[in-house]
Amino acid sequence: MKKLMLGNEAIARGVYEAGATVATAYPGTPSTEITENIAKYDEIYSEWAPNEKVALEVAIGASIGGARACCAMKHVGLNVAADPLFTASYTGVNGGLVIFVADDPGMHSSQNEQDTRMIAAGAKVPVLEPSDSSECKEFTKEAFKISEDYDTPVIVRLTTRVSHSQGIIELSEKENYEIKPYVKNIAKYVMMPGMAKKRHPLVEERTKKLKEFAEHSSLNRIEWGDKKVGIITSGISYQYAKEAFGDVSYLKLGILNPLPDKLIKDFAEEVDTLYVIEELDPVIENHCLKLGLNVTGKSKLPLVGEYSTSLLRENLLGEKVEKLNSITEEAPPRPPVLCPGCPHRATYYVLKKLKLNVSGDIGCYTLGAMAPLETVDTTICMGASIGVALGMEKARGKDMSRKTVAVIGDSTFIHSGITGLIDIVYNKGTGTVIILDNSITGMTGHQHNPSTGFTIKGEPTKQVDLVKLCHAVGVDRVRVCDPFNLKEFEQIVKEEVAAEEPSVIIAQRPCALLKYVKHGPILAINKDKCAKCRMCMRLGCPAIVDRGDHIEINPTQCAGCDLCPKVCKFNAIEKAGGRDE
Amino acid sequence: MNNTSVLIVGVGGQGTLLASRILGDVALSSGLDVKVSEVHGMSQRGGSVVTYVKMGEKIYSPIIEKNEADIILCFEKLEALRWIDYAKKDATIIINDQRIDPMPVITGKAKYPENIIEEIKANYKNVIVVPALDMAKKSGNIKAVNVVMIGVLARHSKFEKDIWIKAIEKTVKPQFLEVNLKAFEEGYNQSDT
Repeated sequence: MKKLMLGNEAIARGVYEAGATVATAYPGTPSTEITENIAKYDEIYSEWAPNEKVALEVAIGASIGGARACCAMKHVGLNVAADPLFTASYTGVNGGLVIFVADDPGMHSSQNEQDTRMIAAGAKVPVLEPSDSSECKEFTKEAFKISEDYDTPVIVRLTTRVSHSQGIIELSEKENYEIKPYVKNIAKYVMMPGMAKKRHPLVEERTKKLKEFAEHSSLNRIEWGDKKVGIITSGISYQYAKEAFGDVSYLKLGILNPLPDKLIKDFAEEVDTLYVIEELDPVIENHCLKLGLNVTGKSKLPLVGEYSTSLLRENLLGEKVEKLNSITEEAPPRPPVLCPGCPHRATYYVLKKLKLNVSGDIGCYTLGAMAPLETVDTTICMGASIGVALGMEKARGKDMSRKTVAVIGDSTFIHSGITGLIDIVYNKGTGTVIILDNSITGMTGHQHNPSTGFTIKGEPTKQVDLVKLCHAVGVDRVRVCDPFNLKEFEQIVKEEVAAEEPSVIIAQRPCALLKYVKHGPILAINKDKCAKCRMCMRLGCPAIVDRGDHIEINPTQCAGCDLCPKVCKFNAIEKAGGRDE
Repeated sequence: MNNTSVLIVGVGGQGTLLASRILGDVALSSGLDVKVSEVHGMSQRGGSVVTYVKMGEKIYSPIIEKNEADIILCFEKLEALRWIDYAKKDATIIINDQRIDPMPVITGKAKYPENIIEEIKANYKNVIVVPALDMAKKSGNIKAVNVVMIGVLARHSKFEKDIWIKAIEKTVKPQFLEVNLKAFEEGYNQSDT
């Protein structure tokens, strides 16, 4: 049966067909739908772990326990999981272990565009890279086999365009994978110096064998066409190359680590001009250069951003895109914004009003850096807000913490914020942390996390009590408040920032997009009462529009959250009635 | 057989994703190769969003480049202007006559261009303007703009109406099926303007 599936959905199907039974992840665009789709298969245990490190550790345990196991994350998640990865490379596996890592060239939804192939090379684990949905499924099944045949974790590297494009796949039957026996094996699984010293040579030996495998595997394939041009490529770049160059010769690599020598040399010998087309880092190109081959790659193609068919046409074939119309007017940009009704809007309104420095973090609330809020000062990585705020205090003295807060989402706090908070307490910091508790993992599309009280399958479970947790690590001042109670919230922020000891404010209000969140009627501005003071504009709500001579609320955008009437001194914002749904 | 490229553009939250999935299913049911490229994550939060649907005998890149779109389905006027260079000279351009101000316009830093539809009409022959918001309201749900637009697209496509309806039945949640089928009919029966 044929089905149209996202690359990520096809990965999930591959996991199912391979007979894997344990899947773990922390959500992160563009990887999230892998595990969301795996969760639909009752045969597979799946979980949202608190972070990628724990996720990979659980998957490693499942593999040692004999099951085929997998773990999914975005590229920066692999940094968090790098510690277990580098040593799991030494221990190898029992049941097959596959790690899906989705890179984000072009940074559609990320803070950097690192190349997972570089980390994989450092960890000495094989990398497969599919180029469409069909290969996503097939490569996944192949990855489990390679993992077991060569006793190694295997990374399947994806990029946004492969993860988030739908293509046609052919469904197959599920393999009846029998869980392997668990056998205690200290020499293999206890990585202390004596044992690790014996494992490392095996890793090097394994890479040699995998290199030999890469010479002959059907995952690396040659498509002969016109031999005037030969292209070595992989993943989504293969698709762009096929469209730009048509009937030339291709060496399409499916195994990106280790890279074959002979296959590449033999291909290069047959063609007149050799191109390497790969997004981000010159991994294949550097390998070719090491082999002494004359290739054109990064000298003509960028190291940054995504490629496209037209980019290849322009940079390699000299074909420029002509403009077909006479329209010269530019469209003003439309950057993403906090949604109408978003709880974070109230928080940022107060922080901006109090002119505080805001050490930010990763989530929807990073959008607080955008105009007109422009409230966030720093964003580095998951969980960094708290450590960065402490570092500012240590650099500039306690006074810095009298005008600074760290803001962090509930899911991000659990992911890696709690350790930063412990650092504040332990090392005598005096800062204030605001946990933006919207009861869900928002940006990635509403995944549960340990603070929501539900599992990935929606089953009720124990809920982390954030108040008790903060108390337990030694924070005496913990306050809980709905930021939509603007006056109370402002007062609390003032008090806690002023206090010369660690404090936590839990700004608690659910994400406006959650189904159970019911808003009131939409609002409208009474022109007779409006003094055009533009206080409401300071909220940065996409529903409130400045028309120059008057301010109005766009009824199709308004969520009826009732925040703007609270900042209007003239009571000009009234319920318009009628919720048109 | 030539490939057909359809660009669907709009504002995050307008349901471009669902529209592209319906179109993708129509292509699949018609025995074509098809790729649908979506946008997830940050840009969905009220930003400019684009999805690409390409169908034909064999599709490689899931992305549509400038001058390549046979059809552009625009859920909002400003987004029509933003993506117009992606249209072929003889492309069909279907525009929802709705204005959603982006943040730079809201804050007064930029102006919303006045004559978008006139300018596009002056450059392209096949421009269809749809009051999709009113039509969605008429069908009972302001959020059904996307399926109204799919209805208009269906009317101007080579695929049978039945295939579209089956694709909608497969794609939308059962509780919203009735209102979406009404919205589809609204779009399908719109007289050409």
